[in-house]
Amino acid sequence: MSGFDIKRGVSLYSYQEEYFLGQKSLEDLIAVSAEMGACGIEVVSEQTFADFPNPLPASIYDNWHALMAKYGTTPVCHDFMLDYKKYKDRPMPFEEQVASCKVDIDHAARLGCPFTRSLVSVAPEVLVACADYAESKNVRILIEVHAPLHFDHPWIIRHAEAFEKSGSDYLGFLPDMGMFLYRFPRVWKEKFIRDGVPQRIADYIDQAYEDRVLSEYVMLEVEKMGGTGPAMAMAATLRHNAAFEPRRMLDFMHRIWNVHGKFYEMTDEGIEYSIPYDEIFRILKKGGYKGYICSEYEGNRWIQDGFPVDSIEQVRRQQEMFKKLIGEPALAEPALA
Amino acid sequence: MFDKYMICEDGFENVMTDGRAVGFAFLARLPYYRGIGFSMVEDVAVTVDGEAVPRDAVRVTKSGRSWTLDEMETEYTERWNFGEKVRIVVMKDGGLAPGRHALTLAERLRISYLPFVPTTRDSKELEIAA
Repeated sequence: MSGFDIKRGVSLYSYQEEYFLGQKSLEDLIAVSAEMGACGIEVVSEQTFADFPNPLPASIYDNWHALMAKYGTTPVCHDFMLDYKKYKDRPMPFEEQVASCKVDIDHAARLGCPFTRSLVSVAPEVLVACADYAESKNVRILIEVHAPLHFDHPWIIRHAEAFEKSGSDYLGFLPDMGMFLYRFPRVWKEKFIRDGVPQRIADYIDQAYEDRVLSEYVMLEVEKMGGTGPAMAMAATLRHNAAFEPRRMLDFMHRIWNVHGKFYEMTDEGIEYSIPYDEIFRILKKGGYKGYICSEYEGNRWIQDGFPVDSIEQVRRQQEMFKKLIGEPALAEPALA
Repeated sequence: MFDKYMICEDGFENVMTDGRAVGFAFLARLPYYRGIGFSMVEDVAVTVDGEAVPRDAVRVTKSGRSWTLDEMETEYTERWNFGEKVRIVVMKDGGLAPGRHALTLAERLRISYLPFVPTTRDSKELEIAA
């Protein structure tokens, strides 16, 4: 495939700590993203907009577009949830699931987002049933391929087959880079140790991950080592995470239209501790990827019990790394004020 | 996530009706990265000074309205928003004595994509003003 065009964006999910605590407003977050040159904006609307998916006042949309214009940012993606377990005593009927997705498609269109993200657990039939409506609104539905699922999992294959069979150009994939977890994240290990996991068990799990030992064997071994609650929880993370191969994206590149730059820790050296972004960018370029990679910081939950969280600095570091990997010229040092 | 932010430091007080304490209240948030509809909040369990409060004594209040936990499970419109401080009222005759009290909150949420129903807890010692 010839030519790639990788653009930098950020999911406002990255700043959830500061937004949750009311320390930063929507405008603050868009302003800092624009400053970093992360001009594509992705949003988890049930986080950012109170009461959504209930109808929102027009002023919410007006303000959103005013912010995009003021800071020169571009709406990229609205991440939708589809609460099919809304009713405790019964599953949500198929038609209601489809109707719910259409609310999200309408919302994405009003935000000006060309994409809307579906959670990976949504059934392919529901998305296929929405494809024509999505096309009428010019919004593409992207299912998020997220660990423990991956591009060779039968559930994803089912989606791929359903998308091809539908013939629609409005159904695709949004891979989350967290599925390429090459090392056990340091911030996870340290959190589990604070939660009471003995050092020798934490070290064993870390090494077993490095050695790519099957999660079931690791859990059995931790049990034999006398591991209890938090140790078993740490071992169980190996059931939900794995070092899948970035090159598995290549077969699906024709339907990959947005990418989640998941990360847990950008180190002082400016690299992600556990996710191989150099290899990821090599593959995206090889596959001729044209679209955004949106920062998705998820480290706050692993450090917030003991340390101050600075999501903005973490995203800034990842964006600097993206710049280098894309091959953008480095920004000049800011002039002294 | 957000476990330590579930019980808020502000808003812990007795609830007075006609000059008499009929219970106590505090502000609480969800340990989650988005808001969810009330019907997916399966439990808001409160323990005060080591004693578990009966489920039917708990009220979740918002915008001048009040729900029991059972009523909440069939409330399909109202939402507990991201980071929103919702007022939890616990019916308890006489309320709580002035001074410090140990409060534990356990929220159980039914999250569509999770293969389990997580319960998250927070404990804090807060003071009822004299």
